[in-house]
Amino acid sequence: MINRLSHATLWVLDQDAALRFYTEKLGFEVRRDQSIDSFRWLTVGPPDQPDVQLVLLEPGPPMMDAASADQIRALVAKGAMGTGVFATDDCRGTYEELKARGVEFLQEPTERFYGIEATFRDDSGNWFSLTQPAEVPVS
Amino acid sequence: MGIPAYVHLRRAKDLADRSYAEPLDVDALARTALCSRAHFIRSFKAAYGETPHQYLQRRRIERATELLRGTDRSVSDICLSVGFRSLGSFSAVFRRIVGEAPIAYRERARAAPPPHVPACFTLMWTRPAGGALSEKPRASAAGSVASDDHEEVPGP
Repeated sequence: MINRLSHATLWVLDQDAALRFYTEKLGFEVRRDQSIDSFRWLTVGPPDQPDVQLVLLEPGPPMMDAASADQIRALVAKGAMGTGVFATDDCRGTYEELKARGVEFLQEPTERFYGIEATFRDDSGNWFSLTQPAEVPVS
Repeated sequence: MGIPAYVHLRRAKDLADRSYAEPLDVDALARTALCSRAHFIRSFKAAYGETPHQYLQRRRIERATELLRGTDRSVSDICLSVGFRSLGSFSAVFRRIVGEAPIAYRERARAAPPPHVPACFTLMWTRPAGGALSEKPRASAAGSVASDDHEEVPGP
């Protein structure tokens, strides 16, 4: 039986810039920041969820060839990559807070059947939903 | 195309997705992308497979389909609130892209149970792909020129 999701990879254009974005703008914690030769293992996560790590990776060799890495970077920069949903207890308040820090929003907080939702991009171009779930979650 | 060029194009695309209800035109989008109008139209098409005008039209029609499915608002009200200025051009573009009239779409969509899909995914995944979308205003059957939306975009 699988118990939980512990790590998920996010392709970013620049690890230093992504680290600043996720910690200073989104308020995430650094979980790991270690290097093995030229490979940098950099993970972050939201303070209330210590058992999940988002792996901030730059595409490139030896994981993939240079041409594939170029394609992924272009896709991320073009905004073609949608990554996931972050949950919040207060979508409108968090929206104001993140917007004041310079996060680019695609959509203001809007009421939906499953809660209140806004969408934003990270500094690389990955888009996320920011959702305050309704009292009774709808599957 | 380099990464910085993609970033600027993405900002313009995001502006279309965010501000479709406003009287946006290709010049405003090109300013966001920090390039000339002609270069912007060419590079946007190379990056996203359609011109900025076509992208914006499909975004507006996608927003209209959501309002038709999920609200009781009138077609003319929906037409204005997604950025079209005339019901005639809205109906023509809607029919060309979706393949049926707005009211027919609403009736068909409402006959089915509502899909439990988060709106952020609806936004990103249901912008309609079908239907040939003219780049230029078309002459209507009556001979007058139907203003296709807010601006005329020359071909690449």
